[in-house]
Amino acid sequence: MAGPRAALRRGFDRAERVLDRAFGPDWNPMSQLGALGWFLFWIVAVTGIYLFIFFDTGVQAAYGSVEWLSTDHWWHAGVARSLHRYASDLLVLVMFTHLVREWAKDRYRGARWFSWVSGVPVIWFVYLSGITGYWLVWDQVAQWVALTTTELLDTLGIFGEPIARNFLSPATLSDRFFTLMVFLHIAIPLLLLLLMWIHVQRIALARTRPPRGLAAITLAGLVAGSLILPAPLNGPADLAAAPQEIAVDWFMLGLYPVIESVPAGVIWAGVVLFTVGLAGMPWLPARRDAAAEVFLDHCNGCERCVVDCPYSAITLVPRSDGAPFRWEVEVNPDRCVACGICMGACPSSSPFRRSGDLITGIDLPDQQLAELRAEVIAGAAALEGGPGTGRVLTLACRHGAGEGAAPGRVGVPCTAMVPPSMIDFIISRGLADGVAVAGCAERECHNRLGKRWTDARFARERDPFLRARVPRERVLTVWAGPTEAPRLGRETAAFADRLAALPPYERIRPLEEDERENGNGNAKQTRRTEAAQ
Amino acid sequence: MTARLPHLAAGFAVILAVVLGAAVLSARPVWHSLPADHGLLRLSFTTSGARRCRDRTPEELAALPRNMRQDQICERRRAPVYVELDLDGAPRLAATLPPGGLAGSGPSRVYRRFELPAGAYEVALRLRTDPEAEGFAAETRATVTLQPGQSVAIDYDGANARFVFDPPQEGE
Repeated sequence: MAGPRAALRRGFDRAERVLDRAFGPDWNPMSQLGALGWFLFWIVAVTGIYLFIFFDTGVQAAYGSVEWLSTDHWWHAGVARSLHRYASDLLVLVMFTHLVREWAKDRYRGARWFSWVSGVPVIWFVYLSGITGYWLVWDQVAQWVALTTTELLDTLGIFGEPIARNFLSPATLSDRFFTLMVFLHIAIPLLLLLLMWIHVQRIALARTRPPRGLAAITLAGLVAGSLILPAPLNGPADLAAAPQEIAVDWFMLGLYPVIESVPAGVIWAGVVLFTVGLAGMPWLPARRDAAAEVFLDHCNGCERCVVDCPYSAITLVPRSDGAPFRWEVEVNPDRCVACGICMGACPSSSPFRRSGDLITGIDLPDQQLAELRAEVIAGAAALEGGPGTGRVLTLACRHGAGEGAAPGRVGVPCTAMVPPSMIDFIISRGLADGVAVAGCAERECHNRLGKRWTDARFARERDPFLRARVPRERVLTVWAGPTEAPRLGRETAAFADRLAALPPYERIRPLEEDERENGNGNAKQTRRTEAAQ
Repeated sequence: MTARLPHLAAGFAVILAVVLGAAVLSARPVWHSLPADHGLLRLSFTTSGARRCRDRTPEELAALPRNMRQDQICERRRAPVYVELDLDGAPRLAATLPPGGLAGSGPSRVYRRFELPAGAYEVALRLRTDPEAEGFAAETRATVTLQPGQSVAIDYDGANARFVFDPPQEGE
């Protein structure tokens, strides 16, 4: 990855390291943007329902009720109004940061296109929700929004009567218009909720709730902010007057000054280009990840890969090859991002196997288990020094500090792609004195669940376990982002020193000649697609 | 949880700073939609153009069932409406407004806004609903005194064939 995207990715990583210190990696808001978006949506929804209790629809009554709740009842309803507004503003901020960050991390192409494309209408529905909300207050900003919006919509020529005529003079505006706006301000957020639900459909264990600590301080920050700087209420709308100085909410209404400044045709062309361009980005250019493949001779339908897949790309289906198992797994290539987590989860992924070719139940075409074992053996051979000198073989995620090539380093798409038995293999065969597993930054795994599964497997909390016989003092895990290569180097060097100080590992059974051979013989195996034919 | 107190405190401070930043940007800086010494004059109306009609011949009437014998037959499509607006003698609008609807059977509509420096303006309005008729169906001259920040609306009362100013203006 190079160019502006790489620079932005590294910029995000640097900024997020600062936030790691403030929040802790698990509460870092930058790694919880999607979940924070959901949380802010619910704050807006709950405060909106509360405000609706006090809101009156009507040309005069609307402003009067908002003024009443903002002044006479500022301590509950007024705070709720400020929360409603500031949470909406933060939602816009979170939404666009999320969008830019996913682009910077190249997590929008290939199988991830669905989440990207389904996020585009979410943007517009967030804006529509906000705009209809501003309208309801019926203050000077609302009047300006109403006029600018309706004058823009009228340029489409699809309405029987110019809707801006509703705001021609005080006599032309009716109370029923506010009933319509209330309906829209409820219906549009409900549609937004539906779109947000669709947005997370293609990922497993979608995070729609931030960690409780982050949620608590976010809510506390919003309440404190609402008390320190309550949302202002402008003067009442007056259709006999022309709004001049507008206290614009630049988050929600930032496009309105643009609408006033350029011809309507340019605005509509911009809307279409932005929407189509943004939705088309996953194909500019397209990326096709080589999806994981199932080898039925080594699959008993145990379901571990199904459970571990972060993208719901693997499902259980009835057995098709006549083997005495009820299920087999099936990979949906349209959903597979080729992270390899399934391969790491498969109990057949054992590098110790010596009978026949090294084939596993589910494998990555671009980096098969046999290739990984061969790379590990080659990487170990490149290490300097002999046994007991502190030789460290690094299994490095390509999205973290270990993304670059280095002697004794084997790159993988995700640390959870490495079966725990590979760690056992490296140490027990004496390929290295210790293994460093270098993943993404602790705050967030590039493939969503890789860090979580790796930690759980090493802690023997999740199958496949890292065997108890593996000396834990010879295994190091480093979670570091792409700008933390020096830290990875320091921690690996310190680990090497500790290894050198350890007594020799006595349970080494050296690698035999046949194990050095590359056991890549997939062509002889039964791929699931072949069995189906 | 005690171990997380520094994160709670620092995280809260960061979130509060972001919220306060958002609060400031949610109302400032102000946008000048209209210059301080300007007002707004808006012309908007909806009115129907004339229809082309002719009398039925006695033979045509006789051929119709009794309950459908109307003396005149009209085209469904309406004529476009023509409107002119002059400010201080200078033409600012001269538009032919097509009839609405797919079949052209609906009224013609217009909405135009004029951002003007505050002051007095001689406004002349002329409207024609039948292109084949001589002259105009409605003509109005008025002195509009536009205050800074004021919005003056001009509508058309088709029933009485006259332009209506809101608020009412001198000479209307």
